[in-house]
Amino acid sequence: MTSVPLDTRTRPTRTRRPGHGARPANNLTRGAGLALGISVTWFSILVLIPLTAIVVTAAGGGWDAYVTTLTNSQTFAALTLTVGQSLLVTAINVVIGTVIAWVLVRDSFFGKRALDVIIDVPFALPTIVAGLVLLGLYGKGSPLGVDWANTEMAVFLALAFVTLPFVVRTVQPVLEELEHDVEEAAASLGAGRLTVFRRIILPSLVPAIAAGAALSFARAISEYGSLVLLSGNLPFRTEVVSVRVVTFIEGGNTAAAAAVASVMLAVALFVIVALDIVQRRVARRG
Amino acid sequence: MADSSGQVQSAYTSTGVAPPVRWLLRVVAIGYVFLLVAWPVSFVVKETFADGLTTLTDTLSDPYVQNALMLTAEVAFWAVAINLVFGVTISILLVRYEFPGKRLLSALIDVPLSVSPVVVGLALLLVYNGRTGWFGTTLEENGLQVIFNSPGMIMATCFVALPLVIREVVPVLAEIGDDQEQAARSLGANARQTFLRITLPSIKWAVVYGVVLSLARSLGEFGAVKIVSGNFTGETQTATLVVEQKYQNFEQSQAYATSFVLAFISVACIIVVSLLRPKEST
Repeated sequence: MTSVPLDTRTRPTRTRRPGHGARPANNLTRGAGLALGISVTWFSILVLIPLTAIVVTAAGGGWDAYVTTLTNSQTFAALTLTVGQSLLVTAINVVIGTVIAWVLVRDSFFGKRALDVIIDVPFALPTIVAGLVLLGLYGKGSPLGVDWANTEMAVFLALAFVTLPFVVRTVQPVLEELEHDVEEAAASLGAGRLTVFRRIILPSLVPAIAAGAALSFARAISEYGSLVLLSGNLPFRTEVVSVRVVTFIEGGNTAAAAAVASVMLAVALFVIVALDIVQRRVARRG
Repeated sequence: MADSSGQVQSAYTSTGVAPPVRWLLRVVAIGYVFLLVAWPVSFVVKETFADGLTTLTDTLSDPYVQNALMLTAEVAFWAVAINLVFGVTISILLVRYEFPGKRLLSALIDVPLSVSPVVVGLALLLVYNGRTGWFGTTLEENGLQVIFNSPGMIMATCFVALPLVIREVVPVLAEIGDDQEQAARSLGANARQTFLRITLPSIKWAVVYGVVLSLARSLGEFGAVKIVSGNFTGETQTATLVVEQKYQNFEQSQAYATSFVLAFISVACIIVVSLLRPKEST
């Protein structure tokens, strides 16, 4: 539905028809120039300067303080747990997300439309509510007879919930556009079903799967709201990085908070750059 | 969105797999989504209406909850309004104009989507807090308190929902091209007339989707708002923060009822979007 990253925006000018001649590097009218100035100013005071403040504050204590903060055993445990669970959730999303996308595009059954809408629920549902509802089904007094509250399983569940739509929504449109002809041609030439999947379908889906996986990973690393109630935030056991940052902030230690936050920010920026590269490669091929 | 009703093909060609595999995949997909999303979410409804309407009416008459819901509505309204104006402006600039640094701006616009809400809160705190903030000290001397106050909460909400309108509007703007706008201008329409009569009607639905999604995101923001608001009960506490506090104070039914209100609105938002969307493409 939305938030699918493989859009046309990174290359908006491509869609203009030829015949305009060589476009000037700058064709802003006075009004547009003013609008751009105001917009960029607002974007700077809202996003760019505050994010810079994190880097500056993190660097403010010097390299030694930075390393000491990050290698503090409790912080390091939180980092390891977050990265580990995020990788696990991303791997599961790659498989299940692709299966769900495939089912939504190629299969037809009663209730498919409902399934399609439910996929978006994690995008829209407030994260704190997500934590609460998962607690209802998988916490104390669960109708399934499990109690995963305050365990690593809880962290996994919360992350799986909030990242569910990413791979599905990036793979789905690509799968919709795949031509049946090629698959049928391959099948008629004697390729088995598995070969068709491996040689024809999978290669065209790889960029979309990679993009979805990157988004899942970034989201999982940064998740906070759904974990607050569910994971119990036990140091060394279920405490994730974002909870660690909040603890530092509440304790007034903004320098340490900024140090940990800078790592999260670096991961986010890395994912954006990686996505941009994937998109460019796809655009060039397409 | 998928619409397979047009496919009148045999089971094999429409899916490319044998029926047993198709059933297996279908069961895996439905089972996973059911266990992870559908069943848990239905729980909030069950918990809320376990004693009929009593829990819901009790919760909604709690002054703290009322206060929080009003505050959430206020913050979400301003955040959506600001993001609407900013989003449409930036979209038009990115698609219709050329200027140095355009590619960079286009990439930076997406940053808020992958930044943790916690990092957003901290970033705003560092710049706008009244004691040590880069701008906060000056602003506070001039009587504008940002942090622990609604301006900060509106900014945090704006930050996290910033790209949503832009992501909806830009592809549509790029697709429709500027033929009609140029025609209007050549016939003597000024910039305002062109925008109101030509551009706006053609991006209307994209703007509506963007607004609905921003609204859902804004109502549900938790982490960033928790940090910049200071989470003062009855003062700067939004609905999501009330859910956390009620749950931790063992007022679980109230937590569920408040969650129900939030979940109801956000699920209504995505259903509205998914119902509106296919109409546009036909």
